[in-house]
Amino acid sequence: MDKLLLLGDEAIAQGAVDAGISGVFAYPGTPSTEITEYIQASKEAKERHIVSQWSANEKTAMETAIGMSYAGKRALVCMKHVGLNVAADAFINSAITGAHGGLVVVSADDPSMHSSQNEQDSRFYGKFAQIPILEPSNQQEAYDMTRYAFELSERFGTPVLFRITTRLSHSRSGVGRGEVLPQNGMNLPSDLKQFILLPSIAKKQYNTLLGKQLAFQEESEKSGFNKLYDGKDKSMGIVACGIAYNYLLENYRGGEIPYPVLKVGQYPISRKLVREFYDQVDSVLILEEGYPILEELFRGILDEGKPVKGRMDGVLPRAGELNPNIVGTALGMEVAEGYDLPDVLKGRPPLLCDGCSHWDSFEALNEAMKDYSPGRVLSDIGCYTLSALPPLESINSCVDMGASITMAVGAAEAGMVPAVATIGDSTFTHSGMTGLLDAVNRKVPITVVLLDNSTTGMTGGQDSAGTGKLEDIVKGIGVEEEHIRIIKPLRRLHEENVKVFKEELAYQGVSVIIPRRECVQTLARRMKLKHAKKKVTQENSAQ
Amino acid sequence: MKKDIILGGVGGQGILTIATVIGMAALSEGLQLKQSEVHGMSQRGGDVQSHLRLSSDPIASDLIPEGRADMILSVEPLEALRYFNMLNRENGWLITSINPFKNIADYPDMENVLGEITKLPRYITIDADKIAQAQGSVKAANIVVLGAASPFLSLKYASIEEAIRKLFGKKGEEMVKLNLHALKAGREFTEKNRKV
Repeated sequence: MDKLLLLGDEAIAQGAVDAGISGVFAYPGTPSTEITEYIQASKEAKERHIVSQWSANEKTAMETAIGMSYAGKRALVCMKHVGLNVAADAFINSAITGAHGGLVVVSADDPSMHSSQNEQDSRFYGKFAQIPILEPSNQQEAYDMTRYAFELSERFGTPVLFRITTRLSHSRSGVGRGEVLPQNGMNLPSDLKQFILLPSIAKKQYNTLLGKQLAFQEESEKSGFNKLYDGKDKSMGIVACGIAYNYLLENYRGGEIPYPVLKVGQYPISRKLVREFYDQVDSVLILEEGYPILEELFRGILDEGKPVKGRMDGVLPRAGELNPNIVGTALGMEVAEGYDLPDVLKGRPPLLCDGCSHWDSFEALNEAMKDYSPGRVLSDIGCYTLSALPPLESINSCVDMGASITMAVGAAEAGMVPAVATIGDSTFTHSGMTGLLDAVNRKVPITVVLLDNSTTGMTGGQDSAGTGKLEDIVKGIGVEEEHIRIIKPLRRLHEENVKVFKEELAYQGVSVIIPRRECVQTLARRMKLKHAKKKVTQENSAQ
Repeated sequence: MKKDIILGGVGGQGILTIATVIGMAALSEGLQLKQSEVHGMSQRGGDVQSHLRLSSDPIASDLIPEGRADMILSVEPLEALRYFNMLNRENGWLITSINPFKNIADYPDMENVLGEITKLPRYITIDADKIAQAQGSVKAANIVVLGAASPFLSLKYASIEEAIRKLFGKKGEEMVKLNLHALKAGREFTEKNRKV
C-alpha cells in the first residue's frame, strides 16, 4: 500500500480507525483538533459508522468514551493539554475503574505556548493516574503506537495516555498503514460492579491498578518503544524522549552517535534498560520536550549520583520547546548560524479578521465602559481574547475556559460593580453555563456578553454545541427575560448597541447580552460551498 | 539530494498551498519529505511559517536547524526578514514577493525592508501580484513566487506542473491553467533576472 502523507495528528487518527475504534470523542483545541477532523472527513470512518461528533467539553468527551469502553468497544478521546485539566476527574477515575473496550486518551501538549496559556506536561497526568503513557517521536510511530495503545489497553484493562507535542501534531510525513481491524461487538464487563467506585469497590479496584504497575514497566521493555542503542564513548549517555530523539539524530546527520542512547517512547520507563544504560556511562544528558520529569527522577532529591545535564542545570533552557540547535549546543557542538535578524523587522501578532463581529461588539462595549473606571471586563478563551491587544484593549483577564463569568461573580462580590464577563458561544456551553447558574442564584450584579458567532472560531470553525439554543439555556438557568438582550453587532448599529450595553450595565442583577452574527470565516466557507453546489447543479441541468 | 525550505507569509496567503505543491512534486520523484505547519492562533492574520524538508535520505527533525535552510520562500517581504536567522550563509537563497501585507500599524518603510533583502548575496525579489494579475488573477501570486523559486528547488519542472494539475484539478480546468501560467511566469522572471 502507498504511504499516506499525514500530520502527526492524522497518523493517530488513521491508526485509531485501523485499530477498530467505534468512536472518537473530543472538544477542539490546538494542537489536537486535526485528529477528530480527520476522522470526521474520512470516508472509511463513515462507512464503518465511527461516531465522531464534537463533545460539549473534554470532560463529557472523556466520560462518553468511558461509557463506550464499558460497553466493550474501542474509544479514542482527544484534547489539548489544558483540556485534560477539564477532563481530569473522569480521567483519573477511569484508571481506577479500568477499561473494558480499548480506551486511549490523546493529550496534545503545546510547549512554547504557540496557542495556549501554559506549557504543562501531560506525562505528569499519566504518572498521576498511574497508567501507561506513549510518546511517539515521528509520524510512523504515532500510527503504530496508536494501534498498540488499544491492544495494550485491552490486554491490561487500563486506559492509556498518549502524549504528543505541537511540532509532531502539525508536521507531515509518509506513513505506512497496517491491517484494518474489525470493531468490537458490544459486550459488558464480566464484573458488573467494576465501574461502581463506591469506597469498598474502589479500594479493590485501586489495589488492582497498583498491582499492574510492575507489569506496565516490564511492558515498556518488551514493546520496543524504549530502546537502548550502544555507543563507544561512555563518558556520557543520552536519554531522548519523544520528538527530542529526532533533534538528537539531526545533529549527527545520519552518522553514528558516539554515545549510548536510551530512546524513550513509553512510560513507566523500563527499569532494566535504565540500569543497563546508567551502569555503562559516566554522566547523563536528558533530552525531553516539556517538563524535566525523567531528569528529576534521574537526579533524585539529593542529586548525588552521576552528573546529570538537562533543563534543571541550564544546559537546556528550562522553558519552551526544544529544537535541533538547542540540542546541538547541549551536546557541545558548534551549531550553524544564519544571518542576524534585521532591526527593521516588526512583530505581526494575530488579529481579529476583517469584518469579524467581535470588532463591533467590543467597540460598543468599550464606549459603554467609558462611564466607569478601567479594569472591569473579565474575559475568556477564543478569538475574542485577541481584543486584549491594541487597538481594542478591551479585556482584563483570560484564565481558563468559562472563568470569565465566575471571575466576574467573585469580583462583583468583592464590590466591583459593574462587572462584565465576555465569553464566546462555544466556551459558554463548554464551561460557562454552570457559572451563570451561580450568578443567578447569588443574584449578583454582572453583565455577561455572550458573543455568539455560532461556531468554535479559534480552532477553525467547528460546530458549536449551543447554536440555536442559547436564549433557551440562559432563560432556563434563570436570567430574567427582559435582561436577555439580543443585538446585531454591526458598525451601523453602533449607537443602538452602546445604549443596550449602558442599560444592562446599570441593572443591579444578572443580565446577558447576546451579540449575534456568524463568524466571517465559516460564512465565507459556507458561501463557497453553496456557490460550488449551485455550479454543479447548473452544469448537470445543462447536460 | 537535500533541500530545506522555510516558507513564510501571513495567515491566509496560501503558503500551505505552495508546500503541498512542492511536497507532491517531491513525492512523485521518490524523495522523502517532512513538512511542519502552523495551525491555531497565528492563522488569524499573524505570521505563519512552514518548514519543508526534502531529501533522498531519511529526514530526522521536523524542524530545520537554524542557519541551515537552503531557501526562504516568502510571499510577503517583511515576513522574509523574519527567517534570516534560518538561512544558510554558504548557499542559501531568498525568494520573496515584494507586495506588502500591511495589517500592522508600525509596518516599516518598504525601502528599508527591501534594503535588507538586497544585502544578501543570493536573492530574487518579484512583483508577484502584478505578474499574477497579468496571468488572470492576483490569487495566483503564491504560485508566481513558487515559479520564481523553482529553478533552485532541484525538482523537475514537469513534476511541479503535474502537482499543480493534480491539486487544482478539482477546481476546474480554468484554475489549472491560471496556476500553470503563473508558475511559468514566475520561473521566467527568475531566469531573466538572476544575477548569480
